[in-house]
Amino acid sequence: MRGPLTTTLTRKLLGPQNRHLWFWIFVGPFVLGLTLFTYVPLAWSVYLSFFDAHNTVSPTDFVGFDNYTAMLGDDAFTGSLVTFLVFTAFIVPATYVLSLALALMVNRLRWAQAFFRSVFFLPVACSYVVAALIWKMSIFNGVRFGLANTVLDWFGADQIAWLSTTDPPWYWLVIVTVRLWLQAGFYMVLFLAGLQRISPRLYEAAAVDGARPGWQVFRYITFPQLRATSVAVVLLLVINAFQAFDEFYNLLSDSRGYPPYARPPLVYLYYTALGQGQNLGLGSAGAVILALIIAVVTVVQARWFGLGRKED
Amino acid sequence: MGRAVRLVLLLALALLFLIPFYLLVRNGLSSEADITSPEWRFFPSELHWSNIRELFDDPNVPMAHALLNSSLIAVLTTVGTLLLASLAGYGLARIPYAYANVVFYWILGTLMVPAAVTFVPSFVLVSSLGWVSTLRGLVVPTLFSAVAAFIFRQYFLGFPKELEDAARVDGLGYWRTYWRVVVPNSRPVFAAVGTIVFIGAWNSFLWPLVIGQDRDAWTVQVALSTFTTAQTVNIHELFVAAAVSIVPLLVVFLVLQRHIVAGVERSGIDD
Repeated sequence: MRGPLTTTLTRKLLGPQNRHLWFWIFVGPFVLGLTLFTYVPLAWSVYLSFFDAHNTVSPTDFVGFDNYTAMLGDDAFTGSLVTFLVFTAFIVPATYVLSLALALMVNRLRWAQAFFRSVFFLPVACSYVVAALIWKMSIFNGVRFGLANTVLDWFGADQIAWLSTTDPPWYWLVIVTVRLWLQAGFYMVLFLAGLQRISPRLYEAAAVDGARPGWQVFRYITFPQLRATSVAVVLLLVINAFQAFDEFYNLLSDSRGYPPYARPPLVYLYYTALGQGQNLGLGSAGAVILALIIAVVTVVQARWFGLGRKED
Repeated sequence: MGRAVRLVLLLALALLFLIPFYLLVRNGLSSEADITSPEWRFFPSELHWSNIRELFDDPNVPMAHALLNSSLIAVLTTVGTLLLASLAGYGLARIPYAYANVVFYWILGTLMVPAAVTFVPSFVLVSSLGWVSTLRGLVVPTLFSAVAAFIFRQYFLGFPKELEDAARVDGLGYWRTYWRVVVPNSRPVFAAVGTIVFIGAWNSFLWPLVIGQDRDAWTVQVALSTFTTAQTVNIHELFVAAAVSIVPLLVVFLVLQRHIVAGVERSGIDD
């Protein structure tokens, strides 16, 4: 059955002239899904945040900004924001320095480069849950069979209850090293890519100008040339730090629940919205506050780094 | 820094990076007594390969089921993401449309909202759809990765036009050009994005924790987490479970390592 009508229809559908239709056939499903699963929930969240919504997603009790004032007046929530700031202040510079150092060292290797790159990249395949398990139960146990305490013992130092000592806060060491191990290799690869894009001519010119290899070349050639990569790395590190949940949850919570310290915003929101209270209104208000803070931080950072400005 | 110093430093760091993997395997193959012995042993006194069987025979630990769930989720997520994001990326890069930029910014806008911030509202949506503890709930909302679409768009912008023009001369429309010419010639980018998505799906924790509430819907990560926070922990089983859980990724990783690294380098972004 190929009448003139179907032929015209087929030509219309398949012909290159109907580009709008084809654009939407290709892009439509993705945009629809993205809208449904990102924008709709966000809008719904804003709506819910103005209601008293315990255990329900279709609340009737409008409370205005009460959820927001409750959240901002809640020491546990504002404390979680401080936790995030402290965490970021540790993890961003630490990962930046370690991954850049690894990239610089690996990049200059003549042989075994693939081996070292693989070793440092391998933890990317490990999940936060598994890494947290190793850290909590085999390296930083409070009890005697942990690796860290064994090493301390060799040096005659006292054993430490790593995850439950709040003064000094030894748990930070556990939290920061897990993430450092898991993500440094990934950022090392980004830096390696950046290093390979630097023109060898720049180094030749530097050598002609008498720059000594090592610090001077790094300071005046390598580091400035890595600027674009550095900006991307720092932005990603901060965004990822904002999302910290897995390692905190798995390192610190146990059958008794979560301790009152070291709760980043997501852990706090998880317990508020999905814990026993199931307070979705309050949780949504927290999510909206967090989204606003992230938006502001991202814009400030982008301005600060001059992102979007043309390179001169 | 001299070459020797650098090499020694690299070797020391490599050793530090490998220790956690070593501990994982060592504890997984040790007896309970060896792991919890106050006397730290580098090597277990005896290798207990039977731990693996014990893990899968333990009726209290839904390990086999969790592995099945994780595999299904990771495969479906990877296939779905590749399909949706590559089509979107191609459309954005190669089909002229007046509002393509508006659509592109609409997609990029979601990158400003870290996925983890939307977990409360997404949970609200998924639970009102009745998808909690279902495969649909675990997979469908994660299929729309703006980063993946972005990587594909960038890649297709640089795809050689001549190949497509030849297809056009042969009378192929957009659809058939895409499937017969573009996809077969773009295997590396599919492999790179696919591996990154697979690793992400296999390792993801917060979303399966929130949505996979019933024991039947637990993924490997949720199951592991549940053991670590449980009152009584069978520690050698826990470690062998963790070791088993990273095997699929190590295989994927070793087979496709070059593509992952190349893909990461090309895109400059991930997560």
